[in-house]
Amino acid sequence: MNKVITANHAVSHAVKLANVDVIAAYPITPQSSIVEELSEMCARGEVPAQFIHTESEHSSMSACIGAAQAGARAFTATSSQGLAYMHEMLHWAAGGRLPIVMAEVNRSLGPPWTIYTDQQDSLSQRDTGWLQFYCRDNQEVLDTTLLCFKIAERVGIPAMLVLDAFVLSHTYEAVNIPDTKLVDKFLPKKDAPFIIDTSEPHAYGGMMNVDCWMESRYHLQKATEMVNTVVEEETAEWADLTGRNLSPLQLHRMDDAEYVILAAGTAAWTVTLAVDMLREKGIKVGGIGLWMFRPFPVEQLRKVLKGVKRFFVVDRSVSFGHSGIFAQECRSALYDVEDRPKITGIIAGLGGREITQTGLATEIENAIADPGSDLIRWMEVKT
Amino acid sequence: MALRYENYLRMNHIPHMWCPGCGIGIVVKSMLAAFEDAGWDKNDTAVISGIGCTSRAPGYLDMNTLHTTHGRALTFATGVKFARPDKNVLVISGDGDASAIGGNHFIHACRRNIDMTLIVNNNNIYGMTGGQYSPTTPLGAKAATTPWGNVDPGFDLAELAKGSGATYVARGHVGSGVQLQRLIRGGIEHHGFSVIEVMSNCHTQFGRRNKLADPVDLITHINKSSVNVARAKKMSPEELEGKFLIGLLHHDKEKAEYTDAYAGVIERAQAGLKK
Ligand SMILES: Cc1ncc(C[n+]2csc(CCOP(=O)(O)OP(=O)(O)O)c2C)c(N)n1
Ligand code: SF4
Ligand SMILES: [Mg+2]
Repeated sequence: MNKVITANHAVSHAVKLANVDVIAAYPITPQSSIVEELSEMCARGEVPAQFIHTESEHSSMSACIGAAQAGARAFTATSSQGLAYMHEMLHWAAGGRLPIVMAEVNRSLGPPWTIYTDQQDSLSQRDTGWLQFYCRDNQEVLDTTLLCFKIAERVGIPAMLVLDAFVLSHTYEAVNIPDTKLVDKFLPKKDAPFIIDTSEPHAYGGMMNVDCWMESRYHLQKATEMVNTVVEEETAEWADLTGRNLSPLQLHRMDDAEYVILAAGTAAWTVTLAVDMLREKGIKVGGIGLWMFRPFPVEQLRKVLKGVKRFFVVDRSVSFGHSGIFAQECRSALYDVEDRPKITGIIAGLGGREITQTGLATEIENAIADPGSDLIRWMEVKT
Repeated sequence: MALRYENYLRMNHIPHMWCPGCGIGIVVKSMLAAFEDAGWDKNDTAVISGIGCTSRAPGYLDMNTLHTTHGRALTFATGVKFARPDKNVLVISGDGDASAIGGNHFIHACRRNIDMTLIVNNNNIYGMTGGQYSPTTPLGAKAATTPWGNVDPGFDLAELAKGSGATYVARGHVGSGVQLQRLIRGGIEHHGFSVIEVMSNCHTQFGRRNKLADPVDLITHINKSSVNVARAKKMSPEELEGKFLIGLLHHDKEKAEYTDAYAGVIERAQAGLKK
């Protein structure tokens, strides 16, 4: 069925199709309409889930952890300050190997207060152990939500799908909503590796000694490394079922590219438009949309950047005192490659400032003309 | 003398963002009038808020203001009061801010009895985020998250404050500004932790879903549901069903105020060092 819906409602529809058991959430702009729609669906009996209206995000994630530990499929959604407030519990969910799925609407962190998009909130949670996927449009949001459940449950690691505030969350687009049978086939319920089983009682979360604690994190890392293969298999199955392809790096006109631009979220679509503009001027540019951020697609990136002269990484985040977060990740992924491209980080679109195709194309032309070593450039900033 | 708004408001930030008819305006006016009655210097005063429609108030006040994170206003305020115990600290909060995400800080501020005044604009809903239910939404009432009626029992904020150790607890409502002003003045002049709960109208998010979309209707409804403490003493439990009490509900002048008690600790510790 095709429907014209917002990206937030695309999440709600996907969660409905995923047959979740427990939803626990606290409202925050611009996430609220995801869970409001779900709360309606639950009340109407269309979603047989228990909906917990918590008193804070910290409690939402705690409730999801409890539910997942009891073997339930659990979901929550949040944004910005709410995600920051969850931080302690994010580590707990990943450390406990609980495949919770969360929709995170990218919104800047205060102060000063703002409700518009950038990626500082989700990227600040980089090291919590969660898988992270960045969506470019409403269809990707629906597809990614379902893929998140499948991937998370296969490896026993929580997964976060990330979408831009307003530009995506509140924008209507035509979305194909797959039918229940298709999703049931794709996403059979799978138990997490460590759950409360009354026939075989276990104690979770207790004290672990120095002789084995480190191994718990070794196993988390090993399982995360496996995600690359799992993603390959699951996206292939999804493509078989729906005809829609998703991959860790979504490529645009990369074949003979000398210059490459990377971004994530809706900015990744803007990259394709800027690439087309620059191509018309005869500049050999290609674009990459970063869909999968954790685990970071190191090998894939090395492969697609072979022979590229310069690589421009667009960040809607800053690791203050260094550079943009994607730029750092790309640099470290490419460092050991012999003929790596020169990497330039571009900070753009913080606090919802629009990244336009002409603005980005101009920025790239200026950067190409400037041979200096650019750890960090600021696009359209008032200094 | 009539309150001169330009003495207290950042006029360049007016018009404000509140809906026409919103109760927050009445709360802010009552607060400023009480402030003037008490003869306080605005430059010696900090007004602190969290997040929500109510918490936007400090943005319009020409005083020392901090607009902080959702639920944490009282903890920021505790820091301010501790750093400058000689200054006045006022906190203005919504029902969600004070009793949902900030509920823990609410009871602990009451327990400590630190000399600050908390005004809670209780409109029974999360106004700012679009009308989700709050811990004070009445049973059966509709909210964005309870489209079929709320089943979660709510808090009585004044009782919660009393039970947690606040030493001045009062309740007023937006249909009775003069009384509200008097109750707030009592709170700011009290030496200890004061809580003034204000029953207020969010006709946009609460009223619209509960057949009280017109601010006048909602304020009338609030007015009719209120009973003065003195009058309530003569009423039967049946007559009080569905009503809330207004007036000064609790006043304890004996309990030690926290910054005073803490100054005592410092004195004792320093005397101990000299020995
Ligand atoms: C950590 C965090 N979670 C959620 C929010 C979103 N949020 C902003 S205001 C608000 C509720 C406001 O309700 P209330 O405190 O009753 O104030 P009102 O708007 O009704 O005056 C929420 C949930 C936030 N800003 N920060
Ligand atoms: S939404 Fe409600 S609380 Fe907010 S300004 Fe409007 S009436 Fe007031
Ligand atoms: Mg409220």
